[in-house]
Amino acid sequence: MSFLIALFWIAVAIAGALTAGWLFLKIAASVTRGGTARALRSAPVTAGFGMLVILLYILVALLAPVIAPYAEREVVGAQFLPWDSTHLLGTDNLGRDMFTRLVYGARNTVGIAFLTTALAFSIGSILGLLAATVGGWMDQVLSRIVDILMAIPSLIFSLLLLTIFGTSVVTLILVIATIDSTRVFRLARSVALNIVVMDYIEAAKLRGEGLWRLITREILPNALAPLVAEFGLRFCFVFLMISALSFLGVGIQPPTADWGSMVKDNAALITFGDVTPLLPAGAIALLTVAVNFVVDWMLHRASGLKE
Amino acid sequence: MSIIWSMISKRLALGLLTLFVISIIIFGATELLPGDLAKNILGQSATPETVAAFRKELGLDLPAHTRYINWLLGALHGDFGTSLANKRPIADLIATRLSNTLFLALYAAAIAIPLSLTLGILAALYRNSIFDRAANAMALTSISFPEFFVAYILIFVLAQSGWFPSMARMDASTTFTEALYRTFLPALTLTLVVTAHMMRMTRAALINLLASPYIEMARLKGMSPARVILKHALPNALAPIITVVALNLAYLITGVVVVEAVFVYPGLGQLMVDSVSKRDFPVVQAVALIFAAAYVLLNLTADVLSTLSNPRLIHRK
Amino acid sequence: MADKTQKPVLLTMKDIRIEGRSDETWSEIIKGVDLTLHKGEVLGLIGESGAGKSTLGLAAMGFTRDGCRISGGTIDFDGIDLRSASESQRRGLRGKRIAYVAQSAAASFNPAHRLIDQYSEAPVQHGVMGRAEAERDAVELYRRMQLPNPGDIGFRYPHQVSGGQLQRAMTAMAMACRPDLIIFDEPTTALDVTTQIEVLAAIRDIVAQFDTAAIYITHDLAVVAQMADRIKVLLRGVEVEEADTRTMLSSPKEDYTKSLWAVRSLARPAQPAVRDAVPVVSVQGVTAGYGSTDVLKNVGFDIHKRRTVAVVGESGSGKSTTARVITGLLPPRQGRVLFDGQPLPADYRQRTRDQLRQAQMIYQMADTALNPKLRLRELIGRPAQMYLGLRGKALETRIKDLLTLIELEPAKYIDRLPSELSGGQKQRIGIARALAAEPKFIICDEVTSALDQLVAEGILKLLDRLQSEFDLAYMFITHDLATVKAIADEVVVMQNGRVVEQGEKDEMFHPPHDPYTELLLSSVPEMDPDWLTRLLEERAAKKA
Repeated sequence: MSFLIALFWIAVAIAGALTAGWLFLKIAASVTRGGTARALRSAPVTAGFGMLVILLYILVALLAPVIAPYAEREVVGAQFLPWDSTHLLGTDNLGRDMFTRLVYGARNTVGIAFLTTALAFSIGSILGLLAATVGGWMDQVLSRIVDILMAIPSLIFSLLLLTIFGTSVVTLILVIATIDSTRVFRLARSVALNIVVMDYIEAAKLRGEGLWRLITREILPNALAPLVAEFGLRFCFVFLMISALSFLGVGIQPPTADWGSMVKDNAALITFGDVTPLLPAGAIALLTVAVNFVVDWMLHRASGLKE
Repeated sequence: MSIIWSMISKRLALGLLTLFVISIIIFGATELLPGDLAKNILGQSATPETVAAFRKELGLDLPAHTRYINWLLGALHGDFGTSLANKRPIADLIATRLSNTLFLALYAAAIAIPLSLTLGILAALYRNSIFDRAANAMALTSISFPEFFVAYILIFVLAQSGWFPSMARMDASTTFTEALYRTFLPALTLTLVVTAHMMRMTRAALINLLASPYIEMARLKGMSPARVILKHALPNALAPIITVVALNLAYLITGVVVVEAVFVYPGLGQLMVDSVSKRDFPVVQAVALIFAAAYVLLNLTADVLSTLSNPRLIHRK
Repeated sequence: MADKTQKPVLLTMKDIRIEGRSDETWSEIIKGVDLTLHKGEVLGLIGESGAGKSTLGLAAMGFTRDGCRISGGTIDFDGIDLRSASESQRRGLRGKRIAYVAQSAAASFNPAHRLIDQYSEAPVQHGVMGRAEAERDAVELYRRMQLPNPGDIGFRYPHQVSGGQLQRAMTAMAMACRPDLIIFDEPTTALDVTTQIEVLAAIRDIVAQFDTAAIYITHDLAVVAQMADRIKVLLRGVEVEEADTRTMLSSPKEDYTKSLWAVRSLARPAQPAVRDAVPVVSVQGVTAGYGSTDVLKNVGFDIHKRRTVAVVGESGSGKSTTARVITGLLPPRQGRVLFDGQPLPADYRQRTRDQLRQAQMIYQMADTALNPKLRLRELIGRPAQMYLGLRGKALETRIKDLLTLIELEPAKYIDRLPSELSGGQKQRIGIARALAAEPKFIICDEVTSALDQLVAEGILKLLDRLQSEFDLAYMFITHDLATVKAIADEVVVMQNGRVVEQGEKDEMFHPPHDPYTELLLSSVPEMDPDWLTRLLEERAAKKA
């Protein structure tokens, strides 16, 4: 019976999510104009839902101090208090307000993941485009280095590096950005390689264009669509990786509010049938699902336009 | 035929070289540490004498390349040195844990591979149907879930009611069937995480080919949709599918770390995470080397298999 | 040819309408076409790209490509209504009673299976014959298609067999169940002219031997003249006219058909030969290649001001490689390239900006030659800005002048993206970009071969006009001898990286010739329906 009830609520949640996505698309399409509006009108509801969720997360992250009832690290009561009106989601293993921590987690976890992705992306795509455009020894050297780095599983590699360099936020960002930039490099390079063989690149080279203009005007605009989609995918990857590391206790360190460590710290409750520790995990999952939905739509559009 | 053998042996040589370079990176990474390793471990309060003694014990007084060669030669014989944390030989710590981890990964793979290939082929066959869309959305969703979320949901649903144990304890007396039962939840978690990805990629690899003129030709010869997919698309999709399977098996290796932590499963991943928080370098290095080796070997196997699946390479002009 | 319209009717298509989907909306591709085919009759379906030839041909099998649907009309194949028939009923006909031969055999054979496995698939699956019988039959058909080693060739994989042979193997495969009807969809378009002859002859013979009806789709009038009993002309999904082959060739009724016929006879008088002046470009003893193989061997020729040198040859002859040597993309191993009597640095990276400016290039595929993300303003304006230092108003005026020059209305087009242009317009932009640099010399690499005949004619005329207006020297790379007639002053014939013959155009089209030039010239199909028969007889006589 309880299984059926759960199924019912899942169905309600999905229906609600789809309706919200649909509404969001309608509203977004009516306030935008031209190509954007046309794209939004033909977008699937899943993409609408994804965009809505991403927007909400950004708002929560920006407005965290306004939304959260308590301070991030403030101990407000006994440990593991149940849900009630003063503590919406109860308290955690140290007696901090769970809801507050969850809100601040949006800022910390998502913020750090975003920074890391941006860094990984800048390094990876610049080097990837350069390797493909210049070719020769530069491509050889960079590609071989990346091959080697990619031959070590990323979670294992980051565990190794974190053991050595310690687990501060800065090292965390640098380590993961470095490891992840190899994946971006691969993609940027292969996308650029497909563009570099085009006649218009040959024409630009024969015209005597310099490397900078070649990359920024001739190659980058044509590589943008797959790279933007890749940014979304990379973000999911980095986000999940940081959460996993935090969950393992070697990522974002206490007392910073972070979803991965919140799951770990309160995991004991699950065996008592309390869903609270699942909430931060769910928050992670919801954002990745949302980003993936949007990326899926963008990739679909990109491939559809090609035909 | 000789060309293919030379290609394969080239790949093998490259694989070995990669492994060698990786071992240097894994070993050399500790050298990157600013300051003195021994001081770092013992802390600022340690006296110069204890630091010196500790350095000698670790062999830090020897030059780096000598230590590396000793380490690598030892590792090749299964001797990874001793743990800093409990002074036990690392080989002893690793032995049973390695087999536990392998057991779990194989268990998950045995369910995931056939399941995801079947689902992927079905999704490609009935593309754009309700089944395909639902499978696709579910796959996308489960790719997005962190492993520990999946794991805790399973615990919440299946372990609370007492159907399966939430902790996967293993010891010498555990029988095979008992092991299968106890590790069901961790294996299921891993399966759910990789199946989605493999299914999506299998479907994509097949659908990619469906636009080929030879697929149209098969349809124009009056072949049934199932025959078109199985006989005409699948043989040409083997290389990407093999790569995807290898990629996901490799992913199992890392996924195992988190899942072992959730289910308190005595595997290599657990050991590694414990050692990371204790900063027990030799153990972390040893486990990292084993994981990396498994990863490289998997990719190498996939490489060789997809080369062998290419008729253009096997049947030369 | 006997009158086959007296035979019983095999296929009747009435008021066929087919829609294609783009951006969620359906638009008609075929707008109500009728088609009747008698048993054993060959109907030629011709038209330019986008005319709907293939779509109509596939509809004769009750088949549409993804994203298309038949929205109206009836298809009656030997008493079976293909539109109301179930999908499995239609499948039962395909490959068994109606077969298909695709344009590119190399892409249409499954790379994972041997030829004979693909041959026997249809007969075995349709229950026509057993596996062993099918294989014996395959050898027999391979023999009739004049494939070398008919006993063994079936056991090879597609990539082990040449293009011309694959195309014949595909025709044999289509014949496997002895169908009543075969759709040939541009079966020789991807082949070189000398290979094309053998394939055409083989197809014509086997269709006649088994008295198979066929729909022969092509854009090449001379080819269809050899193959078809009747010809139907399509234009943008509508039938223009239909008549039996001889009538159609001798007296087309409609203006559109007449204009198609006229393109074939486009020719310009050659410019008088120049002997004394310094040539604009002089290629001297060039040997070049990739890796250890030489693609070019001791190639040399001159190009003078206001003259067009056509470089002719089949694929792999080294035409394009020669262009790469001149532009400096491929430094030669031996020999050199002179420009106005001065040697050019071998690598384009060592050339001065002015040297780069003087020699421009126009590419075959305008689609890949124009950056899809840049607007025409920048595409054309960039060379003018870079080489001539034009800015602001002056640049704008220059871009507009260039657009006028290539007959595109400046105000309307200046801010468009390449994707908003037709194929012919894109090629014009390629020309404008070359002109913007104010060069002395332009390499035209197969610039008309991706275009429809009428559009190509416009491009050739434009190039001709620009040449006299700006005193340009052209190097015109092509495999099409009709184009050579239309534009060249001088011809260089290449084969396997060597120049086999060169001289003034008028001399080149009159014997005596080098044997390869002879073969090349004689292989170009003519508009005479008896041409193929005559050619084969002549060749047979020569051999004997």
